[in-house]
Amino acid sequence: MLTIKNLHAEVDGKQILKGINLEIRKGEMHAIMGPNGSGKSSLSSVLAGRENYTVTQGEVIFEGKNLLDMSPEDRAREGLFMAFQYPVEIPGVSNLHFLKTALNEIRTYHGLPAMESKEFLKLTKEKQQLVDFNANLMNRSLNEGFSGGEKKRNEVFQLAMLDPKLAILDETDSGLDIDALRIVAAGVNKLRSADKAFMVITHYQRLLEYIVPDFVHVLYNGQIVKTGTKELALELEEKGYDWLKEEVHQKESV
Amino acid sequence: MTSDKSFYEFISNGVPGPEQKVDADNAILPARKLAFSRFKELGLPTIKTEEWRYTNIQRYLKDAFTLAQEEQGTVTAEQLKAASIPHLDSYRAVLVNGRLQADLSVLPSGGKITVSKLSDAAGNPQLQAWFDKHPHLQSQPFAALNAALFADGLFIEAGTNATLDKPLHIIHVYTASTNAFIQPRHLVVLHKSATLEVIESAVGINDNAITFVNAVTEVVLEENAELWHYNIQNTVKNSRHIHNTSATQKADSRYHHFNFTLPSAELTRNNLSVALTGSNTETNLHGLYLATGTQHVDNHTFVDHLVPNCNSNELYKGVLLDDANGVFTGRIHVNVDAQKTNAFQQNNNLLMSEKANINSQPQLEIFADDVKCSHGFTVGRFSDEALFYLRSRGIGAEAAKSLLVNAFAFDITDQVHIPALQDFLAEKIRQYVAGAINN
Ligand SMILES: Nc1ncnc2c1ncn2[C@@H]1O[C@H](COP(=O)(O)OP(=O)(O)O)[C@@H](O)[C@H]1O
Ligand SMILES: [Mg+2]
Repeated sequence: MLTIKNLHAEVDGKQILKGINLEIRKGEMHAIMGPNGSGKSSLSSVLAGRENYTVTQGEVIFEGKNLLDMSPEDRAREGLFMAFQYPVEIPGVSNLHFLKTALNEIRTYHGLPAMESKEFLKLTKEKQQLVDFNANLMNRSLNEGFSGGEKKRNEVFQLAMLDPKLAILDETDSGLDIDALRIVAAGVNKLRSADKAFMVITHYQRLLEYIVPDFVHVLYNGQIVKTGTKELALELEEKGYDWLKEEVHQKESV
Repeated sequence: MTSDKSFYEFISNGVPGPEQKVDADNAILPARKLAFSRFKELGLPTIKTEEWRYTNIQRYLKDAFTLAQEEQGTVTAEQLKAASIPHLDSYRAVLVNGRLQADLSVLPSGGKITVSKLSDAAGNPQLQAWFDKHPHLQSQPFAALNAALFADGLFIEAGTNATLDKPLHIIHVYTASTNAFIQPRHLVVLHKSATLEVIESAVGINDNAITFVNAVTEVVLEENAELWHYNIQNTVKNSRHIHNTSATQKADSRYHHFNFTLPSAELTRNNLSVALTGSNTETNLHGLYLATGTQHVDNHTFVDHLVPNCNSNELYKGVLLDDANGVFTGRIHVNVDAQKTNAFQQNNNLLMSEKANINSQPQLEIFADDVKCSHGFTVGRFSDEALFYLRSRGIGAEAAKSLLVNAFAFDITDQVHIPALQDFLAEKIRQYVAGAINN
């Protein structure tokens, strides 16, 4: 589904991604871990098309198409979704209107008619329940005055509504208490299917107790320095990242 | 009457006075003469005139214009349709080049609300009482010029306790095929406890010639009267507008004024002023200006708290693109005995290009001590982060910008109580953003 080859990217003249290689196939759940500042959010930003990043080398193929050639909206319409680490507050744009616009723009792109209001509301209700998203927030301005947890739930709620092929969750778990984490994880699990894939960025292995990954990658200093299975996450939880950093530095000095 | 070259020169020196106007409206001829000599005294402003510092009016008057007095013009049904607001259920007064066209209009009849040509009302005591009497108009040269030489306009009178079942939509159509200087003039009088909703919009049909509109609207609200007054300015590029709107509010009256300046007239100067002469009044002034290209939009507002216990609330918002230029001057005067005044003013701007510009200044003149007054001014740029967030959900750049501009304008459009008008404005904002992106 997604092939990242030797991806290099910079922001403000600073090299952040330094040769990422990653293959994500249908049905897979990939976890990306790594210390703060290692480039996890940068990777998701580059994939989603944030404009202040410049790709200097490498390529990304998404469902057979060159992802890097597409505008952010076309990436979303092609089935890519990124749940933001820091969702944006947009006063004056209602949550409901925003979602309806997004959903219908994606439908138009695929040659489908706009969704009937009734059908839209039904879908909204169903997906709200999935992540236990407070219905009162629907008519409020997008994320404005939402608590940290509400914002994160809103991201997953949007994910459920837009039904992408590949979902990137950037630290969706941080800011959630344990009950909320369980609900959100259960929601994500319900969305898993044989033709969808997930890339879950997290700091903590606790999320991975609920969302069991097929692969765990460690991103450090703009590169994937280690790939393993869910046991790797446990190991990182126990030992921290220092041993990995050392390994990397030893390799570099060889 | 045509100026062969600079109209500025012509109206400064050459324009003949109103003496020759001895037709139906000669009842107000003395008032016209007075206004003409006032105009001669005041002279036209230059950029050295404080109130015109940021609007170089000479620039917009250097062309040749015909001082249109009798111009008739015709309007087709199609053109009229283009000027209408979809799904708006309203009465309709169509003015072609400032003159009411009865055959195109649907006016309220049989009730306590009259809508007629101002020229037909020249002998009406209300006109005698109020015509050109507003204190704030006395220092305005363009208002004086209008009073002296206006062609025609509307007289709207609502009797005691009168209401209308739907709004009155005044459609101004400008048809001139050669440069024309058009001066409509209106008087709106609401007697005790009357209420009315008035929407004004304007369309230009001919973009080959310049239409200069110098309009004056006087509003009188007697005790406990309430007026919702929406003014939508969305004519063609080749038009220039100076509008003086002056209201007088007596005790317990409520005036809600909305001004929407949309693309693409090259000049818009609005002088909006309200004199509060009775206590316990409410005044809400809302403005939204969207400007593109080299549009120049200048809003001068003046709220004059003359007596105690009045509330005024003003919010003007602007979105400026390209090389557009905005001016906002919000004057609030609180008289020495106007205690317990609440006067709020806010002007927020969104600049969408490097070259767009705004000059904004409050002018607070507060002489009473027990008052609550505040003012604020902001200039912001577009949030790239918000734009990216919307686009990352599949919303195209254009639709995303339109959502954000709508969101910025929301405080204003949300106050509009007529759904069809709200929809119309949302559509205009969408077109504005689309135009901006396709430029
Ligand atoms: N706009 C920016 N300008 C300069 N440096 C940036 C910018 N955005 C991120 N960075 C830097 O890129 C590096 C990676 O950041 P990020 O991708 O947010 O890491 P992570 O999500 O793994 O914590 C950090 O060193 C951060 O300071
Ligand atoms: Mg991050």
